[in-house]
Amino acid sequence: MTGSPTATGNQEALAIRMEGIDKTFGAVRANRGATLEVRPGEIHALVGENGAGKSTLMKVLGGLQRPDAGTLQVNGRDVTGWSTSDAIAAGIGVVHQHFMLVPTLTVAENIVLGMEPTSGGRFDYARAVADVEKLSRETGLAVSADRKVSELSVGEAQRVEILKTLYRGAKILVLDEPTAVLSPPEVRELWTVLRKLRDAGGTIVLITHRLDEVIEISETITVMRAGQTVERLRTADTTPAQIARAMVGREVALTARDEAEALGLKMQGEDVALGFHPSDDMTSAIRVTDLVVLGANKTRAVDGITFSIRPGEILGIAGVEGNGQTELIEALAGLRPIASGLMRVNGHDTTLENVSERRDGGVSHIPEDRHRRGLILDYSIADNLVLGLQNEFAKRGIMDGDRISENAQKRIQDFDIRPPSADLPAGNLSGGNQQKVIVAREMGRAFSILLASQPTRGVDVGAIEFIHSQIRAARVAGKAILLVSAELNEVLALSDRVAVMYRGKLTKVIPASEASEETLGEYMTGTKKEDAT
Amino acid sequence: MSSRLREQLEEALFPPIVALLVALICGDLLIMSYGQSPATVYRLLLEGTWGNAYGFGQVLYKATTLTFTGLAVSLGIRAGLFNVGAESQLAAGGFVAALLGLGLSPHLPGIIAIILCIIAAAFGGAIVGAIPGWLRVKFGAHEVIVTIMLNFIVLALLNYIVAARLHMPETLHTPEIHNGAIPRLDSFIPAFHGSAANLTIVLALITAGLAWFYMFRTKRGFELRAVGLQPDAAEYGGVSVGGVWMRAMILSGAIAGLGGVNYVLGYKQYYEEGFAGGSGFLGIAVALVGRNHPVGVVLAALFFATLSQGGLAIHAFVPKQMVEVLQGVVILAVAMSVPEVRAILRRSRKPVAA
Repeated sequence: MTGSPTATGNQEALAIRMEGIDKTFGAVRANRGATLEVRPGEIHALVGENGAGKSTLMKVLGGLQRPDAGTLQVNGRDVTGWSTSDAIAAGIGVVHQHFMLVPTLTVAENIVLGMEPTSGGRFDYARAVADVEKLSRETGLAVSADRKVSELSVGEAQRVEILKTLYRGAKILVLDEPTAVLSPPEVRELWTVLRKLRDAGGTIVLITHRLDEVIEISETITVMRAGQTVERLRTADTTPAQIARAMVGREVALTARDEAEALGLKMQGEDVALGFHPSDDMTSAIRVTDLVVLGANKTRAVDGITFSIRPGEILGIAGVEGNGQTELIEALAGLRPIASGLMRVNGHDTTLENVSERRDGGVSHIPEDRHRRGLILDYSIADNLVLGLQNEFAKRGIMDGDRISENAQKRIQDFDIRPPSADLPAGNLSGGNQQKVIVAREMGRAFSILLASQPTRGVDVGAIEFIHSQIRAARVAGKAILLVSAELNEVLALSDRVAVMYRGKLTKVIPASEASEETLGEYMTGTKKEDAT
Repeated sequence: MSSRLREQLEEALFPPIVALLVALICGDLLIMSYGQSPATVYRLLLEGTWGNAYGFGQVLYKATTLTFTGLAVSLGIRAGLFNVGAESQLAAGGFVAALLGLGLSPHLPGIIAIILCIIAAAFGGAIVGAIPGWLRVKFGAHEVIVTIMLNFIVLALLNYIVAARLHMPETLHTPEIHNGAIPRLDSFIPAFHGSAANLTIVLALITAGLAWFYMFRTKRGFELRAVGLQPDAAEYGGVSVGGVWMRAMILSGAIAGLGGVNYVLGYKQYYEEGFAGGSGFLGIAVALVGRNHPVGVVLAALFFATLSQGGLAIHAFVPKQMVEVLQGVVILAVAMSVPEVRAILRRSRKPVAA
């Protein structure tokens, strides 16, 4: 591909030079030979999907983590393995995604915390306020120094965080997903401030996975995937689609048929279920109308979505993570309240139903986070295989041990769960086998709707193929499937129709046969918009 | 499969044993600091408890109350709730049982009166347990704070009622109940003469058995443990987390309340201010050492009862507060040893498995 992961031939002292960074947490290799080179006075975007290793790399930079291997140079000085206080002293300022402010203190108190101006050994609050106001004027970061942090909006709190690092003399500013919590006008304000800081000689590293932002604000882009640096691009020479491709990691988009043939799978009933038109209530298994779901900070994470899925159809939702997919699936599963709109399953209104009522109504759910939602890690495989089905496996309130172990034996065999010991805690299984337990439970039962969220995340290749074939088999068996995946190629390979979700809306719905990574990429990054139903 | 069972047993038993050894060593040092021989003191401690019928009876009596409070605390912990209110739930249970016992006619058949009073005790504890449960579910008020505060409120309220309305002159207790007394063990086995041990111990063992059945065999128990381990996953599985918390606090309170039966119906036949005497708080230690498993709780209750009774036996040689220090050491040692000992067990197994 274009560009090489090394600096573009320029030998001047780099603001940040990280080379061959390795960092392992337990079984997870968060960074493997990651590199990052940032020139002084630039806005540098660090992009990659969740779990690509961006945050770990920034923790190494900020001194929170010591790398297992590799070197870190700041302004030409080797500082590998330094501490957070070293990093602060050298002018590195990190603004975390989650604010680290004391809500009961005022803005000025928060900003000077740890290096308070004193007079005669006592805290000089008046000077703190004066200092903060001066800094605020110089940088254009408008804050009111006297207000309590608990009274601030998230945008203001973020400005306080930035001022806090600047007060400590930060010359290199790292911002972790700064726009995730901001409204569009606040984002524009932030860009103005960042440009001003850069013009004043500051260096800025921006972690994000919103590609439109990358294009708008950055000069150079480093793309990470699976712990490695895969691309270093000049923003002026690239397109969002190119970045998206680097993030996702596959160049060729496969259609469902191509991949099925590649895998040697027989797809039966092909002709039965290839309808692309939104169907009416009689023929749609699930129909969602004007769905609004609130996310954190009462934002409209899902902002008026309408779609329907027919029996035997897979609707794939593509989109950069964090555009409301999680909230959408959780609302459909009953785990999050629906703020407004309607949800009908097989013609039956389920909008106000709880999780177990929806399960009983035929909704199966493969959750995106198997460790938090999908499994009880201390429960045995057998018990996990009946989680959510405890009513079916209980007789007069008492769990039916015989049927539970019978069920476990059958599922373990059918879904090839290894090791095949039903009484082993689920936490002892590999990620792929944990996911198989969930798939076995959700797809082994009687269901008509499947909500599959990141069904193959963090799963080995063999398990991916197995899970894909199960999803295809369910489609052939006439189930309606909503698939959400950060893997664009997965969405393209499995879906009959593909919808792109961007900032809480479905911006495009097209038949999979007409979709390609290039066309979808433009909608995913918001460079192209078209309201679809 | 059986090797897996053995592993689980090892993981359940080794940490308390290691903790016991640590406590034993600390005890040696303490005893020696008083210029006494550890061997003599430990021998006395055992002779005064398991060595004679009276002492053993007292151990059984104390273990009975601790079994109830220990079960109450562990049921809460299994649901992810820390019930620090067993002390006041215990007192409330005893109080309501005494109140009913005072009101019942002496002509009612004893067995019916006993059953009614037992139900009353459970009811009294359940109400005190339900309040923090409801506040947690409804307003998110943390159960630790609420149960601690309720301890003060409930105990003070009961004391007020007894002092203002119910007490016998010159005492801090109610009149004796008219019906519902539970027979003492010495009416069957004369050797227990003088000890407070009574048939409530049977109720304690039945309760432990039922608690085990509830937690590990019923659908409600499956859901309760799921909520305690991973509330998000339980919610995903269609479990109402609030409902489980409410049930868990009511049950926990009811079990603690049953503990009041031991003193009120089985021992003194009246409610007395302060009869709980810290058994509710010691129940936390019993639950911890017993690893929140009913069998472990019964064993841990026996252990703490032995220490407590043994403290009296060795009083002549070392201050009985030494035993309290030992209790503290055991609790700390268990709390610290659980993860460590487990890790060692797992490491030692690896080469065998490979």
